[in-house]
Amino acid sequence: MSAARVKAEYQGPPDYRAVGRHAVFPHTTHDEIERFNFLAQMNRHLGTRVLPAVKTAFERRVAPRVKAQGGRFETRHDVRKALLDDPYYQTWSALRRMTMEQRQQAGRWVAVRQAEQLAAKVAAVIAEDSGFEADPNVKIPRYVSAVDHHCMPGSYHTESFPGDVSAAANYDSGIFATTGGMLGRYSDGGGHAVVQWVRRNLPGFEPRRILDIGATLGHSVLPIAAAFPDAEVIAVDVSVPVLRYALARARSLGVHNIRFVQADGADLKGFEDSSFDWVQTTMFLHELSYGSMRAIMRESFRVLKPGGVVLHVEQPQYGQDMPLYEQAMRDWDAFYNNEPFWSTMHEIDLDGCLIQAGFKREQLIHGGVTAVVDRHVFPDAAEESGEDYGRKAAWHVVGARKSV
Amino acid sequence: MTLEAALATASAKPAGKRPYFMTAEVERVLAIAMAIAQELAVARTRVDTLERLLERKGVMTREEIETFEPTPDEATERGLWVQEFIARVLRIVQQEAEQIRADAGPELASEDVAREVSGDEG
Repeated sequence: MSAARVKAEYQGPPDYRAVGRHAVFPHTTHDEIERFNFLAQMNRHLGTRVLPAVKTAFERRVAPRVKAQGGRFETRHDVRKALLDDPYYQTWSALRRMTMEQRQQAGRWVAVRQAEQLAAKVAAVIAEDSGFEADPNVKIPRYVSAVDHHCMPGSYHTESFPGDVSAAANYDSGIFATTGGMLGRYSDGGGHAVVQWVRRNLPGFEPRRILDIGATLGHSVLPIAAAFPDAEVIAVDVSVPVLRYALARARSLGVHNIRFVQADGADLKGFEDSSFDWVQTTMFLHELSYGSMRAIMRESFRVLKPGGVVLHVEQPQYGQDMPLYEQAMRDWDAFYNNEPFWSTMHEIDLDGCLIQAGFKREQLIHGGVTAVVDRHVFPDAAEESGEDYGRKAAWHVVGARKSV
Repeated sequence: MTLEAALATASAKPAGKRPYFMTAEVERVLAIAMAIAQELAVARTRVDTLERLLERKGVMTREEIETFEPTPDEATERGLWVQEFIARVLRIVQQEAEQIRADAGPELASEDVAREVSGDEG
């Protein structure tokens, strides 16, 4: 096949070498890069070539079998449990789980082998910059410590030695492989999408103080800070390694109007009432617990100024109109990729939670966004026809404006 | 020190009970096969990188690889290597075949022989 034809026909993730490298991004060898390339292609293969027949198996084998046995599907859990008996679903699931484990292995190898050098680079930035604030009183919540989210050993918070940021470097290095580049060079397509949505839907909104809760690497909040350079941005997270890394990452990318503070969004006692114009979370709520999510919504209401806006960006809720099969498939990550709150979070009445937190129903905000990326290099989520349940870079915006 | 840590912990288990979709035996072998498939892809792209660098430096063209014809002696050596490779990979199949063909009844386990050769009669 000619090179021109290959180029014209190729559909798939870009080469990993398109990834954005800031000053603390881990070094990667040729073979480490190719491991990520393989995983990005595996994810695409599973999503586009393997997954569609799961639906066929469900329609032709699983559903008829349950019906023949006199059963019926009342909830998505019934569907998922019936699927577990199907050999094709088992194969897809086992391969999907293995691909995630391989992604963690590949990223951890890269991050841990150079952990000391990365820690030194980050420590040098922190020594010169006051943009990181630790709070030893912050406890790692049960929802972080009980199981490691998306099979990431040690989650976001574990340090193997004081100052270790390998948890952050692993997370950062692998997002590109997990999403097939769908979030862009710096995995910030979600943040760019939020900025674009705010500019279109909240014209004239010029926030002076912005709070990002559950910021991890800061990858989603940096585009917000960059878009509002006169604003003071504070990014909080419970985990120290990601915050330390995030500061060095942000400064290296030229974003200076942001500070990274260790805090639990469920208890923002370090922040005054009515002190922020905008409170943001991006792909964060699903990693919480019901209690902490409601506390975060209450605290968000408290710290917002009258007229201020809270926005939560998440995968779409399971509405009445979403088929049980789709709900069951979207639930896969909840049970098999260590995202335990994912399932419940997507059926909760978020509007009701916001109202309980103090917002008025008529001030609720709803919208939809897709990742905004450099389309010359990256796949555009808005134009991707496939649906790799729960992984597509297309999200809902749920939020509210605090009454004046 | 860090390399040792990477060797020891890169493959660490995440907190949380691992789900098995198949029997553990099948899934274990599949997981190993997928890791090897990944390394095969890595090795293949490394060869590709090498070929392209050699081409860029004018040492050879990739077209020469596509049209490469080994001499008869070279072809023999290569054929032998593939035979050796297959025999090595399918070692367990050969051993099972040998066991089926051995018509001397059930084979002795070393543990049984250990008792035999350790006793007074042995």
